[in-house]
Amino acid sequence: MQYSFILNGKPVQVTAEEDANLLWTLRERLKMTGTKYGCGVSLCGSCIVHIDGKPIKSCITPLSQAEGKKVTTIEGLSEDRSHPLQLAWIEEQVPQCGYCQSGQIMQAAALLAENPNPNREEIIKHMNGVLCRCGTYLKILKAIEKTAQKV
Amino acid sequence: MENQIESQGLSRRKFLKLGGGITFLVTAVGLPALVFKKEELADTKQISAWVHLAADGTVTIYNPASEMGQGTMTALAAIFAEEMDADWTKVKIEDAPVEPEIYGIGWGGERGGSMLTVGSRSVSGHYNNLRQSGAQARYVLLTAVAEKWGVERNELKTESGVVFHPKSNRKITYGEIVEFVKIPASVPEIPDSDLKNPKDFKLIGKEYQRYDVPFKVDGSAIYSGDIHVPGMVYAAIVRSPVNGTQPELKNESAIRGIKGVLNLVSLKHGVGVVANSMETALKAKAMMEITWKGDPKAKSHNSQEAYAEYEQLSKSSQTGSIVAQAGDLNRELPKAQKTIKADYKNDYVYHAQMEPLNAVAHVKADSAEVWVGTQASDGTRNDVANHLGLDFKAINLHTCYLGGGFGRRSMTDFVIEAVDISKAINLPVKLQWTREDDLQYGAFRPISLQKLEAGIDQNGNINSWKHVVIGTGGGLLGSGADIPFYDIPNKLIEVRNIDHGVRTKHWRAVGHGPNKFAIETFVDEIALEQKKDPYQLRRELMKNHPRELAVLDKVADMAKWDSPVPKGRARGIAFAERSGSLAAGVCEISVDRSTGKIKVHKIWGSLDGGVVVHPQNAMYQMEGSLVMGLSSVLFESITFKEGQVEQSNFYDYPILRMEDAPEEIILEIIPSTEKPTGIGEAGLPFMGAIISNAFAALTGKRLRHMPFTPEKVLEILS
Repeated sequence: MQYSFILNGKPVQVTAEEDANLLWTLRERLKMTGTKYGCGVSLCGSCIVHIDGKPIKSCITPLSQAEGKKVTTIEGLSEDRSHPLQLAWIEEQVPQCGYCQSGQIMQAAALLAENPNPNREEIIKHMNGVLCRCGTYLKILKAIEKTAQKV
Repeated sequence: MENQIESQGLSRRKFLKLGGGITFLVTAVGLPALVFKKEELADTKQISAWVHLAADGTVTIYNPASEMGQGTMTALAAIFAEEMDADWTKVKIEDAPVEPEIYGIGWGGERGGSMLTVGSRSVSGHYNNLRQSGAQARYVLLTAVAEKWGVERNELKTESGVVFHPKSNRKITYGEIVEFVKIPASVPEIPDSDLKNPKDFKLIGKEYQRYDVPFKVDGSAIYSGDIHVPGMVYAAIVRSPVNGTQPELKNESAIRGIKGVLNLVSLKHGVGVVANSMETALKAKAMMEITWKGDPKAKSHNSQEAYAEYEQLSKSSQTGSIVAQAGDLNRELPKAQKTIKADYKNDYVYHAQMEPLNAVAHVKADSAEVWVGTQASDGTRNDVANHLGLDFKAINLHTCYLGGGFGRRSMTDFVIEAVDISKAINLPVKLQWTREDDLQYGAFRPISLQKLEAGIDQNGNINSWKHVVIGTGGGLLGSGADIPFYDIPNKLIEVRNIDHGVRTKHWRAVGHGPNKFAIETFVDEIALEQKKDPYQLRRELMKNHPRELAVLDKVADMAKWDSPVPKGRARGIAFAERSGSLAAGVCEISVDRSTGKIKVHKIWGSLDGGVVVHPQNAMYQMEGSLVMGLSSVLFESITFKEGQVEQSNFYDYPILRMEDAPEEIILEIIPSTEKPTGIGEAGLPFMGAIISNAFAALTGKRLRHMPFTPEKVLEILS
C-alpha cells in the first residue's frame, strides 16, 4: 500500500504492507531512528512523536493513522537542536543513556505548546507515562520548569 | 561513536583515512605497535592508539570503555586531554577500536586487560594510564617543536593546545605541528613528577559538559537498533520460557506461508523467524506455536517457595563459601549477653534497561561484521569468533551507544543469536528483542535470604556478627557482604548457594543491593534494640575509619539528622561502600496508610570517590543510581513459577515513574586527593536500608522483604 504524510515538514510517500506500524516505518523504512522502541504496548513512551501537534505513542499506531497528517519526530523538533527544550536538556545535562530522551522531549514539547507555564504537578501528570531507567526524572523536571519560565 | 560514520556503516579506519591529520602511536613500553597500519593512513605519518590530531586543531581522543549512560566517554577523554594539555573545545571523542592489548584494563588498572565496562571501573581503572598516555602525546609534540625551533624541550610550555617558548616569545598551535611532527619509534614513560600538578588541572575535578548529550537531544546518537545495512532483513525469536527446554515448532508451514516471512532458523533455545520487515517478523513470532521439550532443572523452580529451601539450607552444618572472617565467632557468639537475629529477603530483579536487546550481524564466508551496544567489546568479538570458528581478526565489531546496560549487556547471548541467524540465511540481519523477550529471557539479580545474628557483650557493644547469605547465582551473592569499616571483633560472613537452573547476572552493584539492605537494616534494628541512635551506633562502629566516618557525618549534617522531622514523616540513615567509593544516605518518607504507598520525599547523599574527574556527572550518576535503587526497593520483583517468569512487561513489572521520584535529592562530594574509585553504582546499595529504617522510625514496624510493595506495607501495618 501507498501512504502519504508530512514528516518533519516534508511530504513523504511510503510503500508498506497493510498492517505497517508508524514506529517501525519511521525507524526502518524512513531511517528516522531518533524515535525508539521500548515496550511495544504504550507503557514507556520512548516512541512518542507528534501527529498534528499531539503526542502519540507510535509503537501502537498503525501507519494508516498518519495518512495525510503532519508527523513530527525528534529530528524535526528543530533543525539544529535549538528548540528551547533541547537547549534546556543540554544546559541541565539531562540524558544519561539517552534512549528515552527523544520521547521525553517530544512529550514535554507537546505540553509546553499547549500550556506554556505548567506547574510542577501538571508537568508530572503529563510526563508520568514516559519511563527513564537511568533516573533522570528530576533533571527532566528542572529542564521543563526552566524552559517554561523562559517561554 | 562518530554518529554519522557509524550510521553510514563505514568503519572508523576508513574514517581516519578520510580525515587529514595524524594519530600518535603512543604505546607503553613493550607493547606491540598494532592497531593502525601506515598504508591505511596515506596522508598521515603515523598514528596513536589514543589520539588523532588534525591540522585544523581538532583532537580526536579514543574512548576505551562502553558508553551506556554513565558518561565515562567524556571523563576518560578529559583525563587524557588534561595531560596532553589539549584545547577541550576542539576535542572529539570516538570509540576506540576493539584492541584490548592497548585499550583494555586489568582488574588492578594495569594496561592490556579486557575492554569490559563493568563494576564502575572505567575511570578508576584507566586514570593512571590515560594521564600517562596524554602526557606522552604532549611529549611527542614538544619534541617535534623543540627540534624544529632548535631549542630544548624543557624550555617549552603548553596551554590549551598551544606550545610556547617563553625565551624567544614564540608560540605554535597543536594543529600547526601536524605538518612537521615525526612520530618517534618509542616514547619514554613520563615520570609522575612530570605529570601535571593537580592544582593546575583545568578539566579533572572541574565543570564541563558531557560529549554525548547533544546527540541525545536530537535523535542522532546511534544505538545498534538504529543501524541499517544494505540488504538487511529482520529477525525475532521465540525463546524457551523455561531455561533449558528445547523448541518443537508445530505450525511451521503456516509461519512460512505468512507474506514477507523469508525463513525460519532453529536455535537450541528457540526458533527465529526472518522477514522482510520488522512488523512481519514480530507478527510471525507471535503466531508461532511451539511445544517445549525437556525437563531441565529450572522447571522445578518456584521462587516464592525458594525462601523455605534457603531456610532449610541455613540449618545445614556444612559451611558455604566464606566472604570474611575475624576472631572466633563460634566461640564468642554463644557467650553473648544478648543475641539479636533478623532475616531479610529480596526477590529477583530485572535490568529493564530502556533499550531492549538487539544487534545487527552480517556473517560472510570467512568474516563477520557486527553492530552492537555491548559492555564487553572484546568479549563479544571473541565469542563471535569462537562461535564461528574464525580468527578474531576476521570479526569487525562496530560499537554503538548502549540504551542502558546495568550488567545485562556484559552478556553476549543476543549477539550470538544474531550471528547464528545471519549465518543461516547468508544475509545481514537486525535482531530485535521485544520488551517481553528482554524481560522473560532476562538474567536477573539473584534472589536471596539473609540471616543475620549479632551478639552483644556486657558493655552493650556488638561483639559478634554472623551473616549468612543463601540464594542462587553463586558469586553474585557475596558482593558487599563484608563490613570492613565496622570494627566487630568476631565475625563470620558466608554465602550458601543453590543452583535453580535459571539465569542470573550482575545488576548495577549486584550483591551490594540486597546485602547492604540486610546489613544496614540490621544495624538499625540493633540500635533500636539497644536504645541507641542509629547514626551514633554507626559512628561508634566506624570510629577507627576516618574516611567512612567523614562520609557518614557529612550526610547526617546535610540532613540535619538531629533536627525534628515534619509531622507524619520519618528519616532513615545508612552507609555503604561500592567499587571503593564510600557513600551514605538519609531519606525522609511518609506512608499512605490507606493505600500502603511509601512516598520518599527527600534523599540526602554524601560520597567519597577519591579524585572525582567529572564532579557534575558523578553527582548525576549518584542521583540516577539512587532513583534506580528506589525503583528496585519499592516496586521490582521477578517471580518464577515452575521455571517460568511470571511477569512480561512494564504493567506487571513496574519501574519507577516520575510521580514516584523523590521531590528533592541533595548530594555532596567530599573533596579528596586519594585515587579515584568507582562512582556509577555507589548510591544504589543503601537505598533499601534507608527506606526500611525510615519506615521503622515512622511506624514501629520493620520491612524485611524487598520490594516494599503497597501490599506488603498494608500487611505489615495491619
